[in-house]
Amino acid sequence: MMKRREAWVGLLFATPWILGFAAFLLYPLAASIAASFTNYSILRSPQWIGAENYRELAQDAVFHKALGNTFLFVVGAVPLATVLAIALALLLNTKVRGLAFYRTMLFLPTLVPMVAQATLFLWVFNGDYGLLNNALRGLGLDPPNWLGDPAWSKLTLIVLAGWGCGQAMVIYLAGLQNVPVSLYEAAELDGAKSWARTRHVTLPLLSPVILFNVIMGIIGSIQVFAVPQVMFPGGAPARSTYMFAMYLYDNAFLYQRMGYASAMAWVMFVIILVLTLVSLRVSDRWVHYETN
Amino acid sequence: MTIRAAALAVVIAAGVAGLAAWGERRVSRQTDTDRINVVYWEKWTGKEGEEMRKVVEAFNASQDRIRVRYLSISGVDQKTLLATAGGNPPDIAGIWQDQVIQFSDNGALLDLTPLAAAAGLTRDHYIAAYYDPLVYQGRLMALPSTPASIALHVRPDLVPPEFATPATFPKTLEELDAMSDRITRKKPNGEIELAGFLPTNPGWWPWAWGPLFGADLMAGGKPTLNSPEMVRAFTWIGSYARRYGSQAVQTFQSGFGNFSSPQDPFMSAKVATEMNGVWKANYIDVYAPDTPWFAVPMPYPADRPDLEGHAIMSQDVLVIPRGAKHPEAAFEFIAYVQRQDVMEGLCLGHGKNSPLARVSEAFYRNHPNKEIRLFDRLARSDRALNIPKTGLSPQISAELSVAFQEVNTQVKTPQQALDAAQKRIDGLWAIYERQVLGR
Repeated sequence: MMKRREAWVGLLFATPWILGFAAFLLYPLAASIAASFTNYSILRSPQWIGAENYRELAQDAVFHKALGNTFLFVVGAVPLATVLAIALALLLNTKVRGLAFYRTMLFLPTLVPMVAQATLFLWVFNGDYGLLNNALRGLGLDPPNWLGDPAWSKLTLIVLAGWGCGQAMVIYLAGLQNVPVSLYEAAELDGAKSWARTRHVTLPLLSPVILFNVIMGIIGSIQVFAVPQVMFPGGAPARSTYMFAMYLYDNAFLYQRMGYASAMAWVMFVIILVLTLVSLRVSDRWVHYETN
Repeated sequence: MTIRAAALAVVIAAGVAGLAAWGERRVSRQTDTDRINVVYWEKWTGKEGEEMRKVVEAFNASQDRIRVRYLSISGVDQKTLLATAGGNPPDIAGIWQDQVIQFSDNGALLDLTPLAAAAGLTRDHYIAAYYDPLVYQGRLMALPSTPASIALHVRPDLVPPEFATPATFPKTLEELDAMSDRITRKKPNGEIELAGFLPTNPGWWPWAWGPLFGADLMAGGKPTLNSPEMVRAFTWIGSYARRYGSQAVQTFQSGFGNFSSPQDPFMSAKVATEMNGVWKANYIDVYAPDTPWFAVPMPYPADRPDLEGHAIMSQDVLVIPRGAKHPEAAFEFIAYVQRQDVMEGLCLGHGKNSPLARVSEAFYRNHPNKEIRLFDRLARSDRALNIPKTGLSPQISAELSVAFQEVNTQVKTPQQALDAAQKRIDGLWAIYERQVLGR
């Protein structure tokens, strides 16, 4: 009787959240699935068109282009941010003077709003008067137009992904604190040098954290929107930076094709799901849990 | 007791949410119970916003039945659409002409035809180039707030002396090209220092280049983006990237400041000529008042003298969204804005030409833009050009913008770029016809 009463109390306390979840997540999810099978502009009643939106996606050259751009971004940005975050975490895990200062400094960029970041980088990467190109010219190089040349614009975005690695870095740092010192001592006794200790002790024990960050990185990179939208409006130049989420947004709010945008959102969901499952499956080979 | 506390918390939460929703409606609809409150969302802030606010205040003072509440809203177009979909739109929204057809296709706008007819606001009250784009399928969907026409702005101090007056400035594109080549200067390292003309600056009207070469973007009633005239226009655009160097032009342009700043390339003497709207003079007056300039119609291809005096049009418009609570009162305000004295005051304040057929001499005399007669003449010309009247115009603009960039960065030839744009738009047109027009 008491347990039942407690269950009711718990349920009542959870009711605001359950209502919020149902109204703001569950219902929109269900509605967007339904909308993806309709011709819907939000101002007119949706008309059922079956799988036409999905068929159109299969033939839509701009969708393919945006998908390709996004995959290239994921392939470039996730490894770059991962390597950078691990390297910084390893450096910050050493005992040096002013460690707290360095940690704060390296985490700070993560706190800068995306639009502010994008605006800042418009100045840094400007082809004419940008800081980067001024520095490169100072070295006697002929720098490219990072923002205006289709050959360089995607690379610019990928490089920028490294800027926000502070979040992952902090998680790696926490993971590094959990590596038992005794393992390093044992490895040292066995004659392992610094790199060997990192490779055979640190990285294997950090691998669950790496897996988590890689999966979160993949999800975040597939959904990348704010920075390219501000830095490269419309995916300029020549749609070289047109990302999946930008095309989705344009269809929903610029072209009033909410049904088509909903279909895109569900394709994005499936892609993220598949990549996450693949990452988890592949992880059996390289992720080591302490319980193993 | 615990169950009671939890239940109470839920009831209070639900009550607060209900009050918030009810209160929002009460607050936004009836702050002034003795008059009809008309909510007006407009994009303008700053000086332009102030000028419209003056009109609103004058209207509110002119009668005692209606009070218009002017609200500056960023992203007014999308917010109006969402508010309309949510059943709580403003009574009046200030959007752009380009969006009128798309909004109409979605059933977002009230048909103004009967209200305008009753108020005597017929086609002959307006310059045709500003009225006709607002009529869709025989229905009037919007009325102008302030319009604009586009012309080539010239810095006489940067062009050769023989071209430094409106009368002697090149009339044809071929002459413009030759003059631009004479003016354009490069540094020893190949970087451009001064450009005579660049089609990419400011590059705001990618749809317009073809029509400036005589192309009909809706030939045969469907979007036509790769006609010979279009290919010719884009070949001409690409010729600048070829002559001055694609990379050099891109790098040069990336150093241009914002148009509403002293670093604007025209004001900072980086370009000698620039295609821009009647509003350009406002920015020159604010940021670089000593800049010498004049304006001429955009030159035409030498073998198409029939295109002489052509010009691009654009305008801000007032609409009544579907579901507006007070459409008659809203239209009363819109009709007030269409009065000659009110419209001239607003256009003077905005530094633009008037959309009305009848304009007073005082308007020209007191106008801050010294070239106002030219901009007015261009609008009255039968060669005034407007964006295609189709709900697909945002996509047409996007595809032509991509083709424009592909040609300028030499990723594709003009023919390849326009063929790709045509293929894409053909697919979208088929869907648009089926899903929106119901054909």
